[in-house]
Amino acid sequence: MSPALRAYQYNLLAYKRTWRGSLTTTFLYPVLYLAAIGVGLGHLIDHGSNKAVGGVPYLWFLAPGLLAGTAMQIGANESTFPVMAGIKWLKTYFAMLATPLEVTDVLYGHLLWILTRVTLASGVFLAVMTAFHTVPSAWAVAAFPAAVLTGAAFSAPVMAFSATRETDRSFVVLYRFGIVPLFLFSGTFFPVTQLPGWLQVVARCTPLYQGVSLCRGLVLGRPGGWDALGHAGYLLVMFAGGVLAARVSYRRRLVQ
Amino acid sequence: MQARRLTKCFGEFTAVDAVDFDIHVGEAFGFLGANGAGKTSTMRMIACLSPISGGTLQVLGLDPMRDGPQIRSRIGLVPQDDPLDLELTVRDNLYLYGRYFGLPKKQLRERVDELLEFARLTERADERVDPLSGGMRRRLTIARALVSSPSLVILDEPTTGLDPQARHLLWDRLYRLKREGVTLVITTHYMDEAEQLCDRLVVMDAGRIAAAGSPRELIEQWSTREVVELRFEAEGHQVHGDRLADLAERVEVLPDRLLLYTDEGDATLDAVRSRGASPIAALVRRSTLEDVFLHLTGRSLVD
Repeated sequence: MSPALRAYQYNLLAYKRTWRGSLTTTFLYPVLYLAAIGVGLGHLIDHGSNKAVGGVPYLWFLAPGLLAGTAMQIGANESTFPVMAGIKWLKTYFAMLATPLEVTDVLYGHLLWILTRVTLASGVFLAVMTAFHTVPSAWAVAAFPAAVLTGAAFSAPVMAFSATRETDRSFVVLYRFGIVPLFLFSGTFFPVTQLPGWLQVVARCTPLYQGVSLCRGLVLGRPGGWDALGHAGYLLVMFAGGVLAARVSYRRRLVQ
Repeated sequence: MQARRLTKCFGEFTAVDAVDFDIHVGEAFGFLGANGAGKTSTMRMIACLSPISGGTLQVLGLDPMRDGPQIRSRIGLVPQDDPLDLELTVRDNLYLYGRYFGLPKKQLRERVDELLEFARLTERADERVDPLSGGMRRRLTIARALVSSPSLVILDEPTTGLDPQARHLLWDRLYRLKREGVTLVITTHYMDEAEQLCDRLVVMDAGRIAAAGSPRELIEQWSTREVVELRFEAEGHQVHGDRLADLAERVEVLPDRLLLYTDEGDATLDAVRSRGASPIAALVRRSTLEDVFLHLTGRSLVD
């Protein structure tokens, strides 16, 4: 077994003991959001005009946005506190480094685990979406890897960031000024065309916008050629850059 | 293991300053020093956790900078702070650690049972680590370091913070390892521990090696055979110290007592009495490593 997979195995075993706690974030939240905003609020919206959301029921519009937003949240969340735990609270990273495992093994093992969590959460979310009848097109299958890619694009750079932090206070700041505004204004709940001109430009440049557009296009059966490739490329570059940055910050933090 | 002018710097600060030492197969070697003397930094370099800043180091005949994973696969490290996973069971902690070494599952399960027995943790095997006492956690950390049957075990202050019963149990386990031919490298600031466990040791002070040898050699070289401790009425220690200075090889005046370093404690004490000095308490004892250590590194607090 490759060394990184040995590090991965740790998370797998630890998760077997704590998986119940993650049920809320992976399963309950999507149901609550879809029910409250999608069905409840969507009902009101659909009585007006749904032209702005592309002529589909609001629930259909919202669900893929939430899929991408959830993937981002899981990707970012799993890359903050658990990384701090590895470095400071449980020091699992240091236990690993006393064995033949190297810094990159520790990093890749953990990253792989985070991607597993994103994959699980995205899968569950798509299943819930199907149960809510919000998946009109077979293209939606491709939204699964798209959502995972969205989570991945956030996880690696956030890991790189987390490894530079001394306390978990920065994570609150990251959420307040990063993750939450992105979640609200990247086209998740309403089309960015509703924003004032210059903010539209900003919104279109955010990473979550890429994930939302990609997932929404695929779920609604309008993948959109070059645009989709552009979104995917953006996310891939962000992921790759994050991995490179994390290699540097992990080495700096763990080897002294 | 061989170190020549081994150096470790953190920015401007030199934690380990050009030290030389050799550690032979099967011996128990100690690094003695106060907090901040450079023990842990030295240890981390030996364990290939920390790159060396200068000099040369060979561990198990290999180069830590190049062969890190290979060296680490043959050593067991017991760090100071027990990085155990508190949410997992005792058994899982051992099992997972073995998996990091890539040990096959079946063989590993047998090894884990052996180690649970060795660490006297069989009854707690399937409980979480969280509620275990400090002594149990330390035993678990040591057992974990042994999972790959290493030929070299590095222990960083193995008994700090443990009660006497727990310490003696640990020492017993370390003797057993030594008998099995495992090389032990131990850092400690407990002199009795160093005297008990180490065949040879070095005393570190401010990143340098102040003295090296077996506990006996160090005492012979740096102290006298015996020490007479005298306690006088308040304030008189300096005066008495000056008056009795010629009766011993060395006299040390402390705020609460006077130490006379001499080879014949009883004879010195008789001489003290015959001069008419009447201490309120007198004690003749053998020199210990602690006397050597304090002589070499001074009595002032380091931090």
